[in-house]
Amino acid sequence: MKYEATIGLETHIMQKTNTKMFCACKYEYGAEPNTHVCPVCLGYPGALPVMNEKAIELCCKAGLLLGCEINPYSKWDRKNYFYPDMAKNYQITQADQPLCLGGQVAVEVDGEMKTFTLERIHQEENAAKNTHVAGASLVDYNRAGTALMEIVSNPCMHSAADALAYLTALKQIMEYGGISDCNPEKGQIRSDVNVSVRPVGQEKLGSKVEIKNMNSFAFIQQAIEYEIDRQIEVLESGGKVVQETRGFDSDRGETFSQRTKENAHDYRYFPEPDLMPVKISAEQIGQWRSELPELPVQRRERYVKELGLPEYDAGVLTADMATSDWFERVMVHTRNAKAVSNFIMGEMMRLLSEHGLSIAESKVTPEKLAEIIALIDAKTISTGAGKQVFEIIFNEGGDPKQIVEEKGMAQVSDDSALEGWADEAIASNPKPVEEYKAGNAASINFLMGQVMKASRGKANPGAVMQMLKQKLDG
Amino acid sequence: MADLHKLTIAELSEKLAVGECTSVEIVNDVLAAIDATDGKVGAYLTIDRSSALEQARAADAARAAGKKNPMLGIPVAIKDLLNVKGQSCTCASKILEGYVAPYDATVIAKLRAAGAVLLGRVNMDEFAMGSSTENSALGQTRNPWNLGHVPGGSSGGSAASVASDEAIASLGSDTGGSIRQPAAFCGCVGVKPTYGRVSRYGLTAFASSLDQIGPITKTVKDSAILLEAICGHDKLDSSSIEMDVPAFGKNLTGETSLVGMKLGLPKEYFVEGMDPEVEKAVRDAVAHCKSLGAEIVEVSLPNSKYAIAVYYIIATAEASANLARFDGIRYGLRVDGKDPIELYGKTRAAGFGSEVKRRIILGTYVLSSGYYDAYYLKAQKVRTLIRDDFTAAFKQCDAILAPVTPTAAYKLGEKTDDPLKMYLDDILTTPVNLAGNCALSLPCGFSSGGLPIGLQIIGDAFAEETILKVGHAYEQTTEWHTRKPEIS
Repeated sequence: MKYEATIGLETHIMQKTNTKMFCACKYEYGAEPNTHVCPVCLGYPGALPVMNEKAIELCCKAGLLLGCEINPYSKWDRKNYFYPDMAKNYQITQADQPLCLGGQVAVEVDGEMKTFTLERIHQEENAAKNTHVAGASLVDYNRAGTALMEIVSNPCMHSAADALAYLTALKQIMEYGGISDCNPEKGQIRSDVNVSVRPVGQEKLGSKVEIKNMNSFAFIQQAIEYEIDRQIEVLESGGKVVQETRGFDSDRGETFSQRTKENAHDYRYFPEPDLMPVKISAEQIGQWRSELPELPVQRRERYVKELGLPEYDAGVLTADMATSDWFERVMVHTRNAKAVSNFIMGEMMRLLSEHGLSIAESKVTPEKLAEIIALIDAKTISTGAGKQVFEIIFNEGGDPKQIVEEKGMAQVSDDSALEGWADEAIASNPKPVEEYKAGNAASINFLMGQVMKASRGKANPGAVMQMLKQKLDG
Repeated sequence: MADLHKLTIAELSEKLAVGECTSVEIVNDVLAAIDATDGKVGAYLTIDRSSALEQARAADAARAAGKKNPMLGIPVAIKDLLNVKGQSCTCASKILEGYVAPYDATVIAKLRAAGAVLLGRVNMDEFAMGSSTENSALGQTRNPWNLGHVPGGSSGGSAASVASDEAIASLGSDTGGSIRQPAAFCGCVGVKPTYGRVSRYGLTAFASSLDQIGPITKTVKDSAILLEAICGHDKLDSSSIEMDVPAFGKNLTGETSLVGMKLGLPKEYFVEGMDPEVEKAVRDAVAHCKSLGAEIVEVSLPNSKYAIAVYYIIATAEASANLARFDGIRYGLRVDGKDPIELYGKTRAAGFGSEVKRRIILGTYVLSSGYYDAYYLKAQKVRTLIRDDFTAAFKQCDAILAPVTPTAAYKLGEKTDDPLKMYLDDILTTPVNLAGNCALSLPCGFSSGGLPIGLQIIGDAFAEETILKVGHAYEQTTEWHTRKPEIS
């Protein structure tokens, strides 16, 4: 029998707010444990939540970027459960009236455009961080109460590749939109994955298994693949898939049972009496819409249409926002988009990966790259020399013009100097000269190389070529 | 002893202003009164004498430096569920053993700013759950008028301290009658302000959509002064209303005429089982208001009969979540277990009293999957009907007169074995909390056994000025509030 998997994701994203969701505490990753806490996020008696308006703005902007409908009236609910990571032993979240409804993510999967639809996005507060050590559990409430939004997809994906493409696109959009840094290592993007399997042609979905709380995209992919295989195996052997919550053991690459349906929590949701409902006007939504940044898809299109870059270049440059923003900053100073793109995709990415740096850490600033390109375009230096200058600055810093001067890298276009080198190359290499004259056009490249060598790379290649042709075609 | 403790805020404020006494003298008199009678009354849980005297000295110094405020130098007893920085805040529960508040409730910060003296912490029913203060895990409070009777609750310590002149005034909280009922039982004045009028920030929550902090005092004028001091918008409480605070205190000028005032009498509020003495005292008070020029009209609040059922669903549902934070992890009592779940179970089993447990279980039940619609959701709908009744009634009248309780204070232990019977006593006070409007309670007579009887004046939302005006006129022309108990 053939089987089909159905996958839905609940993705938690920590928003880039200065303060927590319901109190004035700062959120700072890696801070000394329990230093950013107050009576509100510690759940002290009498403390009350106050809504963070910036978080609402970011959640709604995320919704607008994903094509959601913004709910003009949404409200808060309490989700009750006991665990030391939740100071109040209830989480303030949105049950039946979330901020954003619907929406979709369009993305290419294996060369095919697919649209994955969303059910909703709601706002909530984050839990504290538990660390288990020998004989004890430690709770760090710095993360408790930070702004967290949950993007719930419909069960519309069918493979690990679908889920990965969806998540990658989602992450990219959130980064571009300034909603979140989406750093998986910092737990800023975490997903619960729902997987079910059914025989192809069956209408009813199979029993759903939820795999909880994964941040690594690679683990999510592994977990989905493992889970699909496991469920098919259960069905093949005549068994029934148990509806349950499972965890993922990344060392073994396997999922394991955590909690079955019978033991599922009753969260006893009810409206949060300490907070007023959120009302959002059409004017406010319009204002937010007007502030939305350009998304990767739109940037890609603009790079091709307006800057004349190849599709491939546009794709590489927009793959992550830092690179694309850097590219944009160079373009403020130059019009030679292709040259900028070549430098970024070539020298920059090679050197960054060799040194394990991010583009923000590069000593070559956008202004300096623009200057290097200007020197090449003015034929002051050759492209090769430009690459050398780039590498020197990358390693040691410095000013492009000064380096060109100090190292004597300026090109020679002066006819008398070129003529000397050209004549010498023709005189001492009779064989390639003969071949060229016999119709082998490529042979001129050898002579060209000789001139460049003689000039120690400083000869202007265009001028050399012209001079050689002139002399040989004579 | 100059008997300064027997005076009111208004009287002391005048004496202080003209230099006839100092705040230190007032506090000393009050402390002496506590020493003389609190062994019998049991109103206080903790008293910080040196801090009280220090605050009094600071108030006297501030006055000498030109500061003026009607609350300046006045000692106030604080119900033990309000957070006062550096003090314990037990909520009369064992589970908050060892907890020291790291911050001031907004009302406390306001009292400090006004220069009031925070005298000590008074007893209550555990987490404000009860109507007799018998649910306190930390001590018994008795009614100053008859030590064999309850002071009412849950703000029983507040009312008993004021009635016995062990405090000039007190702050209580009212979720279903917890200010008005003990005020009535102890012959004091108590105000349940409109929901949103007073910030709840720092009030340990029982039922968030019903709780309000309010004054318990010796006179209506004093309630007005204290209420004015604690009112106002607070950005730390999202349910607090952005609205100017009227000059409640100054606006009461001794006016005794009620001409032009329409007072409603709800036909449903003289309930079955009501003590005839209570009914007579209230009807006499109504007649008295009429004699002051008020027009009496009959109004109907038909859905108030469901108030007890609705109240005990909504309040317990909210409480079940509000009290979940008392888990032994971060503060208070902890009884260890092999895992967090066992720790929670053991801590909460040891820390909560039986009434609190009963309400948490009830609240958990009504919110449970499959029961939510039948209980919580239905209760919310009926709550709307109760509120609509008041809205309709206030189209016909300016304020409503009613009893506070069906009986005067009952004997200690009389109802402890029958929680339902105790719940039913809240029939006349809970509708106001559910509707969210305001009400006050003031003395309107005494039973043949010498126990006080209260009159309830109910106002529309944010109509505190109206009910204070009616209460003030009544008080100016009667002498009930001037009587003092003989504590023996």
